[in-house]
Amino acid sequence: MTKRTVQFKIYRYDPDKDDKPYMQDISVELEASDKKLLDAITRLKVKDDTLSFRRSCREGVCGSDAMNINGKNGLACLTDVDSLQQPITLRPLPGLPVIRDLVVDMTQFFKQYHSITPYLINNEPAPERERLQTPEEREELNGLYECILCACCSTSCPSFWWNPDKFVGPAGLLAAYRFIADTRDQATSERLDNLEDPYRLFRCHTIMNCVDVCPKSLNPTRAIGKIKDMMLRRAI
Amino acid sequence: MKVAKRTFDAVIVGAGGAGLRAALQLSESGMKTAVLTKVFPTRSHTVAAQGGVAASLGNSTEDNWHWHMYDTVKGSDWLGDQDAIEFMCKKANEVVVELEHYGMPFDRTDDGKIYQRPFGGHSMNYGQAPVMRSCAAADRTGHAMLHALYQRNVRANTQFFVEWMALDLIRDADGDVLGVTAMEMETGEVSIFHAKATIFATGGAGRIYFSSTNAFINTGDGVGMAARAGVPLEDMEFWQFHPTGVAGAGVLITEGVRGEGGILRNSSGERFMERYAPNLKDLASRDVVSRAMTTEINEGRGCGPDKDHVLLDITHLAPENIMKRLPGIREISIQFAGIDPIKAPIPVVPTCHYQMGGIPTNYKGQVVVPQGDNNNVPVRGFYAAGECACASVHGANRLGTNSLLDLLVFGKSAGETVVEDFEAGNLSLKPLPDDAADVSLARLARLENQTNGESVHEVRLAMQRTMQKHAGVFRFNDLLKEGVEAIKAVAERAKNTEIGDKSKVWNTARMEALELDNLIEVAKATMISAEARKESRGAHVRDDALDNAETPNGRDDANWLKHTLWYSEGNRLAYKPVNLKPMSDDVEPIALAKRTY
Ligand SMILES: Cc1cc2nc3c(=O)[nH]c(=O)nc-3n(C[C@H](O)[C@H](O)[C@H](O)COP(=O)(O)OP(=O)(O)OC[C@H]3O[C@@H](n4cnc5c(N)ncnc54)[C@H](O)[C@@H]3O)c2cc1C
Ligand code: SF4
Ligand code: SF4
Ligand code: FES
Repeated sequence: MTKRTVQFKIYRYDPDKDDKPYMQDISVELEASDKKLLDAITRLKVKDDTLSFRRSCREGVCGSDAMNINGKNGLACLTDVDSLQQPITLRPLPGLPVIRDLVVDMTQFFKQYHSITPYLINNEPAPERERLQTPEEREELNGLYECILCACCSTSCPSFWWNPDKFVGPAGLLAAYRFIADTRDQATSERLDNLEDPYRLFRCHTIMNCVDVCPKSLNPTRAIGKIKDMMLRRAI
Repeated sequence: MKVAKRTFDAVIVGAGGAGLRAALQLSESGMKTAVLTKVFPTRSHTVAAQGGVAASLGNSTEDNWHWHMYDTVKGSDWLGDQDAIEFMCKKANEVVVELEHYGMPFDRTDDGKIYQRPFGGHSMNYGQAPVMRSCAAADRTGHAMLHALYQRNVRANTQFFVEWMALDLIRDADGDVLGVTAMEMETGEVSIFHAKATIFATGGAGRIYFSSTNAFINTGDGVGMAARAGVPLEDMEFWQFHPTGVAGAGVLITEGVRGEGGILRNSSGERFMERYAPNLKDLASRDVVSRAMTTEINEGRGCGPDKDHVLLDITHLAPENIMKRLPGIREISIQFAGIDPIKAPIPVVPTCHYQMGGIPTNYKGQVVVPQGDNNNVPVRGFYAAGECACASVHGANRLGTNSLLDLLVFGKSAGETVVEDFEAGNLSLKPLPDDAADVSLARLARLENQTNGESVHEVRLAMQRTMQKHAGVFRFNDLLKEGVEAIKAVAERAKNTEIGDKSKVWNTARMEALELDNLIEVAKATMISAEARKESRGAHVRDDALDNAETPNGRDDANWLKHTLWYSEGNRLAYKPVNLKPMSDDVEPIALAKRTY
C-alpha cells in the first residue's frame, strides 16, 4: 500500500462544549504502513487530538475499540481500512448512552454480564491437583471462552436495544452457556433458573445479528439455542 | 481544582494478572480495597499473552522445580536473585492449580490433566533437552487467565474503579506511601485515594520503543510514578526483544509456535538456529534467538525484497494441529501478515516485548530501597508486583511463560504480605500532607495553560525512534553515549507538550500527555543504565564487550555482577549486589557458568 487520502464522516459529541451531536467530515492522508481502521483513526487523531475513542491491544483481543463502521459493528483494529467504502462513517456502538464521540457507557452491558454469575461454581473441597477434564469435555468450551466482551453483538441486537435492562443479550448468554457447558461447574440448574424469565433469555428471536458481527467468529445464537433446549428438556 | 478524598485499607493500581491476583487476597480477607484501572480489567494487556504459564507439573514429561529454577537462573544470566527465583519456582504448581480451580480453561492431555508444551530456555535435567512445562489454553493463555481472574474477583466482590488513571504516588515527609492521586476519565476529576497500603501492578512500558508487541496503554505509569516520587528503578537496561513479532506490524507470534515445532529460516531456507544453539536450536533463550536473527539479517541473509526479516515456518505441521493449538496465531498471521501459516511461512523480526527491570521489590512484594548500609529496606505502605516490579526473578533475560507465573506468584505474595501486615496492626492511616495533590494538579495546570508547545505525538515519536536506534538488540558504545544526550533532550521537550483538547470529559489527549511523562522516565532510566553497564549480559549486549576467556560471552562477573539502581533526580546511578543464595537449604546456589544452549 502507498500513501493515500481517505474521507471520514464521524459522529462527534463532547458534552463539555456541544449542545448536541453532529457528523464531522474530515479526511486524512495515511502512511503506507497504516493498514487497519485503527491505524487510520490514530493518524487522524494526530491531526485532531479531540477525537476520543477507546483502544489498547491493536490486535483484536482486548475488546476496546468496538464501533459502528459503515453501519455495522466491528473492531477498528481488525478492519482493513482499504476494504471500506468512503466516506467511512463511524458512529458509537448503537443503543448505549454516548459519553463522548465514539466512547459509549458500557454499564448496562457489563451489568448483564455480571447478572449471569460469571464465575465457575464448584463447592466441593478443592483437590490437591487440577480437576480432571477430558479433551472432549474441554472442547465444549471452544467458541465460548474466547469472548472479548467487546459488545459488538449485544449492541447490534434489536432485543437488547429495546430491553437492555431486562434481556441479558448475546454476550451475557454466551457467557452463561460457557459455565453451563463446563463439566467442572455444578450450578447448571441454578443457572437455568436464573434465566427462566420471559425477558432474560426468551427475548432472543434468533435474528442472528450477533453472529453476523462477532469479530471473534463466535456464535451466541447457537449457545442461546442450547440453553433453550436445556430449559425445554428439564420442563418435560 | 477541588480534590475529593476517598479512604481505603488498600489501593491497588492495575487490574491485569498481577493486580487481579493481589486483589483476590485482599477482597477475600475482607479488607476495604479499591482497584484502579485505566481500562476495564479484561482489557489489560495480560489478555494478549499467548503461549502459556510455567509450572513443573510434569504432566507430559518428567519435571521438578529444581530444573525450573536452574533454567530461570541461567536464563537470567545470573542476574536474577536466587531467593526470589526459588520462591517462584516452588510456588508455581500451587498457583497454577489454583487458577485451574478458578475455572481457567486449560487445554487437556488425554488423561485429563493440564496440557503443557515446550518453550524457549526451559529444559530437562539442567539443560539437556526441551521439557514440556508451559501450561496453555491454546494460544490464548493470557486471555483465559485474565478472564478467570476477573471472574473470581466478581465472586469475591472486589471494588473496581474502572477508567480511572492514577497520576502520582503520595509520600509523606518520612517517605512512607499514603496512596495515589487519580483522575476519573469520564469527568476529568481528580481524587486522592488515601490508604494504609498501596500496591502497584501497572504492567510494562514497551511503548518506549518504536516497534513493540505491547498495547498502547503499556506506558509504564507505575514505574514513572515511583521514579518521580524518588524510588529508584532496578535493572532498566534489560529489555527483552521477542524473536517473533510480525514484520512491520509488531504483533506477537508466540514462542509456543516453535514449541509446537515451528522453525526459523533465512533467505536460503536454512534452519540457522542449528549453528547458534546446537542443543535447543529454535527453542534457545529469547536473547540468543533474537541476536542470531539480527546477525542473519545484518549479514545479508534476511528475507523479502528488503532482506529485513526472517521466516517462521510451520507449513510442515498438520493443519488440524495448527487449528487446535495455534488458532489465534493463524488469525493474527492472516490479519497482520496477510498469509495463512498453514500454507506459507510468517515474516518475523525481533520486537521489543518485555521489561525485565522495574520497581525494586523482595519476594514478599514489598518495595525495597537502599538506606544506610542496608540495600533492601522496605518502603512503608508500598508494594509492587508483575511487570512493573523487579523481584528480581528475570534478571538480564526472562524465560517465556515465567511472566504469567510471576504475576500469579508475586501478585498473591504481595496480597498476602499486605493482609499479614494489616492483620498484625503494622499498617496505619497516616495523615495526608497538605500538598498531597499538588504535584498532580501542577502537571494538569501546566498542560491546561501550555502554549507554543510541541504535540505529544511528535515528542513520543522522537523518544521511540531514539530508543530504537540507540538501545536496540545490539548496543554500541558510541550510539549509547549519543543516546544518553538524545534522550535527555527529548525529556526536555516533553516538559512543554501541548494538547488541543481541553475538555473535561474522556480527554484522551490529556491522558496520552500524562502517559508520556511516565514513558520518559522509563526511557531515561533505560538509556542511562545501559550506557553505564560496560559488559554484555542477557539481553544487554554491546560491541565493546565480546566473548573472550576472562569474560565469557562478554559477561564481566568481577565488575558487573550487580543490580543497577537509577534515580530520576540527577539521573544518578547506584548498584547493589545480586543475591546468589537461595532461600532455603533445599537447593544449592546455582554456580556461575558460561551460558550456552
Ligand atoms: C503479546 C504478548 C504476549 C505475551 N505472552 C506471554 C506468555 O505467553 N507467557 C508469559 O509468561 N508472559 C507473556 N507475556 C508477558 C506478560 O503477558 C506480561 O508481562 C504480563 O501480562 C503483565 O501483567 P501485569 O499484570 O504486570 O500488567 P498488565 O496486564 O499490563 O496490566 C496493567 C494494569 O495496570 C493498569 N494501569 C496501568 N497504568 C495505570 C494507571 N496510571 N492508572 C490506573 N491503572 C493503570 C492497566 O489498566 C492494567 O489494568 C506476553 C506479553 C505480550 C505483550
Ligand atoms: S439471535 Fe438473539 S441475541 Fe442474537 S441478535 Fe438476534 S435476538 Fe439478539
Ligand atoms: S460474543 Fe463476540 S461480539 Fe459478543 S462480546 Fe463476545 S467477542 Fe464481542
Ligand atoms: S484495540 Fe484491542 S480489540 Fe481492538
